[in-house]
Amino acid sequence: MIQLVPIEVTVNGRARTIEVAAHHTLLDVLRDDLELTGTKECCLVGECGACTVRLDGQIVDSCLVLAVEADGGEVTTVEGLADASGALNPLQQAFLDYGAAQCGFCIPGQLMAADDLLRRTPNPTVAEIQEGLAGNLCRCAGYEQITEAVQAVAGGRDR
Amino acid sequence: MRAFSYERPTSVADAVALLAEHGPDARVLAGGTDLVIRLRDGSASPTVVVDVKRIPELDPAIREVDGWLVIGATTVMTEIAADVRVRRRFTALAEAAAVVGSVQIRNRATLAGNLCNASPAADTAPALLTYAAQVVAAGPDGGRRIPIDELFVRSGVTTLRRGELVTSIELPLASPPVGSAHVRRTRRRGHDLASVTLACAVDASGVTRLAYGSVGPRPLLVVDDTGVLANPAAAESERAAILEHMFAEASPSPRSMRAGPDYRLAMLRVLGWRALATAIARLRDGRLAAGE
Repeated sequence: MIQLVPIEVTVNGRARTIEVAAHHTLLDVLRDDLELTGTKECCLVGECGACTVRLDGQIVDSCLVLAVEADGGEVTTVEGLADASGALNPLQQAFLDYGAAQCGFCIPGQLMAADDLLRRTPNPTVAEIQEGLAGNLCRCAGYEQITEAVQAVAGGRDR
Repeated sequence: MRAFSYERPTSVADAVALLAEHGPDARVLAGGTDLVIRLRDGSASPTVVVDVKRIPELDPAIREVDGWLVIGATTVMTEIAADVRVRRRFTALAEAAAVVGSVQIRNRATLAGNLCNASPAADTAPALLTYAAQVVAAGPDGGRRIPIDELFVRSGVTTLRRGELVTSIELPLASPPVGSAHVRRTRRRGHDLASVTLACAVDASGVTRLAYGSVGPRPLLVVDDTGVLANPAAAESERAAILEHMFAEASPSPRSMRAGPDYRLAMLRVLGWRALATAIARLRDGRLAAGE
């Protein structure tokens, strides 16, 4: 029997009251119920980071979080990075400028992890970028460009 | 994922009652970084999932109580790796917590979950073994303290009884300061499971405690109290003989994908020497090891 649980969750600044199945993950609910398909489904074992979102201030693999666990919480997805007018944030723009997105599938997760890294470490070294993004795999192997994009934003903030 | 019912108790007593009632049909949910994978692949199929993260008694703040550093059942790896007391006094644990999974995983994965999952490759287990940590559990018949070395049986199996819930992991602050280090070998840098994971702690009286995992069905603790291993001036052949003896029980599985037994046994020795040297240097320098 499927148990439905009412939850209250703020997603990209908008408060929502929804009913979720107890066995559905946060990833399922974001994509299927809220139609926020920027967050990608890929490995489903917490290895690839394509489903990375921010939950209560910390990035998580949303494939490993049950939706009910987010009850009362605040979620930011890649859709929440651009401003209300749709203008890209500096990190998104840098990913474009440096050719960091090839096939693009991993990029929502890469952006969420890079955004988190820069909040914690505004001026990361290359090693810190690699460690901060170690949970995000890019099958196109665009790691160099991704690292350059993150560095460019960090440097830009400094100046 | 197969459907299950979700329970969110708000007291340890309620959680224990649920676990006792449902026995093997219930699973504890803390960080979910192991459990949700198993729920999805069907290797765990509970009818009830008991989420313990909203239990106020399981305060995630790391605190000092009666000579113990108390790490709650809901404390995550990110918090442990960043805690100044853990980094100074229980350096190997901080180092191990910092290499579990990725940022995303460390933000969710709990120390208690890492232990209860009882993976032979659990990175935090060797460090806790070298510090003689204790696991505090609440159960239908009350609470008990389990020396960490008595927790592990084999992969996925612990000595926890029906209805028991780990409420904290406690590290002794009263014992003499140690120099300690955690090292591991993985296939790739970054996010990977360990092919060998090892911790070493040396104290001022010359006792060396070495613990290692991913080379047998459970992590193992071995102790040298002759003072020879902790003494860099002792003859290398003598020290090597002691180290060999300490690794005698390692029995890596020939079926593992990550690395073959010969490689693991070779790396066990390399990592053993490396961690020993770092632990001795840290004890000598008093850096990151003194209680302060």
